[in-house]
Amino acid sequence: MSWITALRRRPAAGYAVVLLGLVTIGMGYGALTSSGSPASAATPGTVSPQTIAQGKALFQVSCSSCHGMDAQGTSQAPSLAGVGAAAVDFQMSTGRMPGKDVGPEMDRKPVTFTNAQIYAIAQYVASLGGGPTVPSAAQVSSAGANTALGQSLFITDCAQCHNFDGAGGALTQGKFAPALTASTPKQIYEAMLTGPEAMPVFSDTTITPAQKRDIIDYITRLRAEPNPGGFSLGRIGPVTEGIVGFFGGIGVLVFLALWITMKRRES
Amino acid sequence: MSETQPSQDLPEEDGHQSRAPHRVIGTPPPAQARTLLGEAPVSAAPESPRELPAGPDNPAKAQTAEKVVATFFILSMLASIGFIAAYVGLEVGSVDATLRSNLALGLSMSVAFLAMGVGATIWVRNIMPNVEQVEERHVLASGEPEREAFTKTFTEGAEASGFVKRKLLRRTLIAASVPLAVAPLVVLRDLGPLPGTSLRHTVWRKGMRMVVYGPNTPLRAADFSIPGQMITVAPEGYTENQDVLAKAVTIIIKFAPGVLVPNRPGQPGTIMNWTVDNIVAYSKICTHVGCPVALYEQTTHHILCPCHQSTFDATNGAQILFGPAPRPLPQLPIGVDADGFLIATSDFHEPVGPAFWELG
Repeated sequence: MSWITALRRRPAAGYAVVLLGLVTIGMGYGALTSSGSPASAATPGTVSPQTIAQGKALFQVSCSSCHGMDAQGTSQAPSLAGVGAAAVDFQMSTGRMPGKDVGPEMDRKPVTFTNAQIYAIAQYVASLGGGPTVPSAAQVSSAGANTALGQSLFITDCAQCHNFDGAGGALTQGKFAPALTASTPKQIYEAMLTGPEAMPVFSDTTITPAQKRDIIDYITRLRAEPNPGGFSLGRIGPVTEGIVGFFGGIGVLVFLALWITMKRRES
Repeated sequence: MSETQPSQDLPEEDGHQSRAPHRVIGTPPPAQARTLLGEAPVSAAPESPRELPAGPDNPAKAQTAEKVVATFFILSMLASIGFIAAYVGLEVGSVDATLRSNLALGLSMSVAFLAMGVGATIWVRNIMPNVEQVEERHVLASGEPEREAFTKTFTEGAEASGFVKRKLLRRTLIAASVPLAVAPLVVLRDLGPLPGTSLRHTVWRKGMRMVVYGPNTPLRAADFSIPGQMITVAPEGYTENQDVLAKAVTIIIKFAPGVLVPNRPGQPGTIMNWTVDNIVAYSKICTHVGCPVALYEQTTHHILCPCHQSTFDATNGAQILFGPAPRPLPQLPIGVDADGFLIATSDFHEPVGPAFWELG
């Protein structure tokens, strides 16, 4: 291994390592960002019949046991006519669909479908009756967003369920509003547009696309804010440490008091 | 009041009471007497068996403990000096500097107190003799002679002060006290003014447009056409008083046709004349303690309060399904104006928010 040591000590070694790191990061970034493009770049006009057919085949394998062979709905699950590509993209890209355990609330779980498969199923469902389309990257970009207005809207219309911090909260009968900590801007946009599960719909006519971007900007910026406290309980501060300190400290003081007044052994 | 009666002027009834120091109320007790009568020192003739050992149980251990205690006391002293030094020396200009200063002050003061306490505890446990002492309890009430003496002293004092005899002084003193007692009651007036009828009304008026709370954009009924939509709205153009505005905040919900339960005589339900195209407006203020109720579940049509889980049925005139809320959320009569925008057709017909016990 002496040759590594020799190389490491050369004056140019540091520059070479930095360069290598930059190239690796650049290529990794490129690979990651390009992987999301097939679903978002396409517009409804360019959907080929083959894509829809592929989506239908996938649908009948993975979704039809609950939603019916033609997505007409069953006693288990609703009809998907008119829910739109955005609803499918939201449900499948967060891993909620296909649902595994039928419970009060479908929770986020690892995604088992590729972006191309989700795109195909979304286009098939959209072909059944229109509905909201999947937003493009530009539509969910928070460039130039008005964060203050986003906060105002979030506090007024979102925070009751999702917590002012986006930490989520309980609803009735086992349902809950999920935390927004892992949601991508596209998923937040789609959720507002389609109103998944118990969530109300915030269509573009009530909260405009620009205002949706403001809300997304607020939610994503919130994640970067300092959050003191170990187990933060939805950004309420270092309360948990305080409780441990208080009760633990009181316990220590009680034992100390016992020790001070303890009867000594006769020596 | 400060006039004292010399004790020798008073008659001596018997030998037992002869030592009773007669006092005038308001004068300090004689330093040497424990009770009014000074009886306790007399009766405490049998000396209590207080036999404290001269030295500690274990002289060798005490020797070591003495050094330890002294070390702790010196540590405490140093920490106290450190506190003074930190207070004088550390700047508190910025947040970081203040944090450092607080840390130094708190730490040094904690060490000062802790070391002193630890030293004292070791002192008690290892150097002071280990003897249990019994302190007996006595009857709390004073004895009969003491009470008699007190009554006598009190009466004498009252007589001597002239409170009974000099009516003018007594009455003017009372006359001076009464307004003083009334003064705080008058000051309470400034808690007002009384709310009048303002608790029963909001700023909604006939023809006022509803605007989305936040961006303040008016809303057409046609823009609010997807079942499952919900949004918080406020009266357009009202900006004077945020508290007053907050009371008028309303949620509107769009339902699919046929979901709403119309009210019938004697039955709760949604007042359909107050809705537009299956859009219903309810006050956003919980009738329990006034939290914003906007947890609307579009699947069950429940409106849930985040504070105490009061649950209202949005299809059925916001009837209470669960929780501590005493009455349904008030429904706001709405309509559309000539341009198709959603408007209120009147104010709320009942008070919004909590604390209307007669409506509970």
